[in-house]
Amino acid sequence: MGNVKRRHAAVERGVCVACGSCEDVCPRGVVKVMKGSYAAVDISLCIGCGRCEMVCPAGAVTMEVAE
Amino acid sequence: MKPIQPIKKRWYHYLWIWSVFYFAMGFFNIIFAWLGLISFFLPFVFAIGFGTKDFCNKYCDRGQLLRVIGGQTGFSTGKLMPSWLRSSWFRYGFLTFFMSMFGQMLYTTYLVSAGAKELSEAVTLFWSIRVPWEWAYTAGSVEPWQAQFAFGLYSLMLTSAIIGILLMLLFKPRSWCAVCPMGTMTQMICKVRNNNE
Repeated sequence: MGNVKRRHAAVERGVCVACGSCEDVCPRGVVKVMKGSYAAVDISLCIGCGRCEMVCPAGAVTMEVAE
Repeated sequence: MKPIQPIKKRWYHYLWIWSVFYFAMGFFNIIFAWLGLISFFLPFVFAIGFGTKDFCNKYCDRGQLLRVIGGQTGFSTGKLMPSWLRSSWFRYGFLTFFMSMFGQMLYTTYLVSAGAKELSEAVTLFWSIRVPWEWAYTAGSVEPWQAQFAFGLYSLMLTSAIIGILLMLLFKPRSWCAVCPMGTMTQMICKVRNNNE
């Protein structure tokens, strides 16, 4: 059987402005702004819908593929 | 862009009403501009007191206004800002510029209070365009320096709102948040407070 690939969001901490736009639109509630410094994603629960990437004004969220 | 709604509607999603109320009231009576200090102090309360950016994340009326107009009604192109606008040097440069202009506004208020300068009954947009605003102030209703501070603060708030709306129309709804001086300062405070995590 081949490996199953799935998409998930990833945040570049140094670019994130911690505005919380991503947190507001995440349907699973797996994106959180941590201590006012950066957003973090629980990739084990992320469904890779890309809503957070669409709203991020800093371009800090990208979609990655994991096996 | 395709409208994107928050997943759960919360009470703070309606805080954009405060922005509309603020600018409307300042149009008729400039003294209401003093209420803008709430938006200056509350982010610091959250950042210094709790080490969070909850003000930006939830309670910022400006952020909610841009989200509603740009994100919910689809007036935003949804494009990512050019990289130079998102860069750290621009962000910190804009913060420096913004704070210098805030300092200059405080200095002008001081000059008026000391009697060295006449009260200017005008709103200054983009720190250079003087817009007459005499109808919003009744001479003698408050001390001249109080009126001067109100005109100055309203100018700053209106200018930054216009920049925010322009960025919202051209780029993603909350593009202003990527350059917002208050957001930059509170993120710096949070990083220091939380030991640069």
